[in-house]
Amino acid sequence: MIPIEQKPLLEIRNLTAGVESKPILRGLNLTIYAGETHVVMGQNGSGKSTLSYVLAGKPDYVVMEGEIWFKGKNLLEMSPEARAGEGLFLAFQYPIEIPGLSMGTFLKTAVNEVRAYRGLPSLDARTFLALQREKLAELGLSSDIMGRSVNEGFSGGEKKKNEILQMAMLDPDLAILDETDSGLDLDAIKQVTAGILKMKNSQRAFLIITHYPQIVEYLQPDKVHIMINGRIEYSGGIELAALLEKEGYEYFKLQSYQN
Amino acid sequence: MENNQVLEHYLDTEYKYGFTSDIDTETAPAGLSEDIIRFISQKKEEPDWMLERRLQAYRRWKEMPEPAWAKLRIEKINFDQIIYYAAPKKAKLNSLDELDPEIKATFDKLGISLEEQKMLAGVAVDAVVDSVSVATTYKAKLAELGIIFCPLSEAIREYPELVKKYLGTVVPPHDNFYACLNSAVFSDGSFVYVPKGVRCPIELSTYFRINTMNTGQFERTLIIADEGSYVSYLEGCTAPRRDENQLHAAVVELIALEGAEIKYSTVQNWYPGDKHGRGGIYNFVTKRGICKGAYSKISWTQVETGSAITWKYPSVILKGDHSVGEFYSVAVTNHHQQADTGTKMIHLGAHTRSVIISKGISAGQSHNSYRGLVKFARTAHKARNYSQCDSLLLGPNCGAHTFPYIETNCPTAVAEHEATTSKISDDQLFYLRQRGLDLEKAVAMIVGGYCREVLQHLPMEFAVEARKLLAISLEGSVG
Repeated sequence: MIPIEQKPLLEIRNLTAGVESKPILRGLNLTIYAGETHVVMGQNGSGKSTLSYVLAGKPDYVVMEGEIWFKGKNLLEMSPEARAGEGLFLAFQYPIEIPGLSMGTFLKTAVNEVRAYRGLPSLDARTFLALQREKLAELGLSSDIMGRSVNEGFSGGEKKKNEILQMAMLDPDLAILDETDSGLDLDAIKQVTAGILKMKNSQRAFLIITHYPQIVEYLQPDKVHIMINGRIEYSGGIELAALLEKEGYEYFKLQSYQN
Repeated sequence: MENNQVLEHYLDTEYKYGFTSDIDTETAPAGLSEDIIRFISQKKEEPDWMLERRLQAYRRWKEMPEPAWAKLRIEKINFDQIIYYAAPKKAKLNSLDELDPEIKATFDKLGISLEEQKMLAGVAVDAVVDSVSVATTYKAKLAELGIIFCPLSEAIREYPELVKKYLGTVVPPHDNFYACLNSAVFSDGSFVYVPKGVRCPIELSTYFRINTMNTGQFERTLIIADEGSYVSYLEGCTAPRRDENQLHAAVVELIALEGAEIKYSTVQNWYPGDKHGRGGIYNFVTKRGICKGAYSKISWTQVETGSAITWKYPSVILKGDHSVGEFYSVAVTNHHQQADTGTKMIHLGAHTRSVIISKGISAGQSHNSYRGLVKFARTAHKARNYSQCDSLLLGPNCGAHTFPYIETNCPTAVAEHEATTSKISDDQLFYLRQRGLDLEKAVAMIVGGYCREVLQHLPMEFAVEARKLLAISLEGSVG
C-alpha cells in the first residue's frame, strides 16, 4: 500500500546543533512517517544522544541551523513540556532519580498533564490503576515500584523498564528510545522489545537509538540509519544492520571518506 | 532564559490570604502599661491570681533586654505602638449561628468553613481572630470523653486548678524576652486536657488569624495529655497583607504524662512581606513540650512558609525514662524572608530517644538557618539522638546555614548528625518536563519529594494543604 501524499510525522532538515558553541550534529536530515520504526546506529560520540536531546528540547542544547517539524508544527518553538504534550516521548539513556517523589504520584501527574494538553479529561483513579496494572504486568514489573521514589534504588533493568512503562502510559506519537537496550540482560531486552512491538500501530512512530545490531532483528524496523560525525551517512533497510555487524563501523567510515 | 521569565512572572504572585475583614472590633489603646494589663485581664473576667501572674511577668519583662539576633536582620520594634488587645465585638457565643457573618466569611475565604469542618472533616476547630477565640466546634462530643478543648480564657475561669498547676511550668515567664511579654499580655489561645487513658478520636485544630492593623498577636496554648492518653493537634495561621511589620509572639506548652503522646502539627503561613521585603509578620514563638512521665512521646511537625522573620525552636524536654521527642520541619524562605528555626532536645531521662529531621528550602534573596541543640544530662543513660539537616537552594542569591550544637555530659549517650546541601538539578527538571509537567509543577514535585520525610508525619488533609502551600511559596523560584 502506497500512502498518497502522506505528510511526515517528523522532518529534520539540515540540523546543526550542539552544546554551547560546539556543534555535534552537522547538517543532519531525517524524515519519519507515522507508523514507521527507525533505528539509528552509530559509535559513541557520533551524536545519537544529542539528537534525542535536541528533539526533546533539553535547555542546554543549542540549535545553530536547520529546522525540525513535528506534526506540521515548528518543534523548535516549543517548550519541553509542550513537546511532550504534542506526543513526543524520550526514553532516557540514564533515567533521572528524584528522591522522595513516588512513582505513583509522578506517573499520574504526568499522564494527566499530557492529557490536559491534548484536551482530554483526567483519568479517574480506577481507570488509571487498571491501565497501570496491565502495563506493569506486560513488562514484568512489580507494582511495588509505584510506591518507591522515581528511579531511586532501581536496578539498571528496572530503570529501563520504567522508561518503557512511562512510554506506554503517556501514549506518544513519536517515541525516541536512547539506548534503552544497553545494560540489559537478554530476558530484559526481550521484555522491553516486546513492550515496543505491542505499541506499534499505524499512528505511532519509533526512533530507536542503539549500538546493537541484534535489536534490529527483534524489532524489524522500516529503516536503519548509520550516523557518523553528527550526520546520517547511510540509510537503508535491515540489511544495513547486517552489513554493519559483518564489517564494523570502520568500514562505513572509510566509505564515507572515500565519497 | 525561559526559566527566568517564568520566575519573574511568578515572583509577582500575591499572597493569597492578604485580605482584611471588616469586622467590628474592640481594641485597647496602643502601648503597654500595668493599666493595659488590668484592662486585658478584666476583659477576660479573670480571677485575681491570673492578673497577679500577668503583672509579675510584665515587671520582669521591663527589666529584660531585647534579644540580639544572631543571623537575622531586623528593625527595632517599638513596643509602644503595638495594640495588645483587639477583639471582635460580639465575641461571646453560644452557638456558631451567632458568629459575626464577616468572621464566618473570613474563614470561608481561608477555605475553612467552620460548619463544613465540623460536619465533614471530623476536626474540632478553635478559631482565634486577633486576640479572641471566636468559635470552638465539636465541644459536646469531646466532653463525653472528658476531653476539654476550649479557649484558654475560659479554662482559666472554668478549670483554674489545671491551669494553675501547668501554665508556665514548661515555658516560665522569664524564659526569654518574648515569652515574658506573652505571659504578661496573652489574650487567648487554646486549652486542651485529655484525661487518663483516653485517645482523642479527632484531630483538634486551631486557626489563628491576625486581622486588625498594628495588632500584636500573643496567643497562648496549653495542652496536657494525662497518663496513657493521646492527642493530635493542628495549628494553622494567616494574616492580611500590610506594609508595616506585625508581631506574633506566641507561647505553646505541651505536657505529656506517663505513657501519653502528643502530636503537634503546624502549617504556618503568616504574611511574609512583599517581594521587596516590605511588611510581613515577625514570628517569634516559644514552643516547648515536656515528656514528664516515662514512655511518653512528643512530636512536633512544622511547615513554615510564611512570616518576614521566623524565630522558633519547638523543643522537647525528655524527663521521663524511655520518653521520645521528635521534630520534623520544613522551612521555606523566598524573596527577603528570614527564618531561624530548629529545635532543642534536652535529654534528662535514661534511654530517651530523639529524632530531628529538618528540611530547609531557600529561594530569592532569603536566608534560612537551622539552629539546634541536643543536650544529654549526666542522667541520660544510653540516650540517643539522630539529626538530619538538609538544605535545598533554589537560585544563586539565597543562603542556608546550619548550626547544630551537641552538649553531652553522659558517656553512654549517642548522637548522630547528618547534613546535606543540594540544588534542584537541571536534569531532574528536564526529566519531569519531558513527561509533560511545566516548570512550576516540576519544581513543586521535586520539592515535595525532598520534603516527603516530613510531610508524611502530617495528618492527611493537612499534608495536602502543605504541599499546595509549598508549591505556591516557591512558584517560579528556579532560574
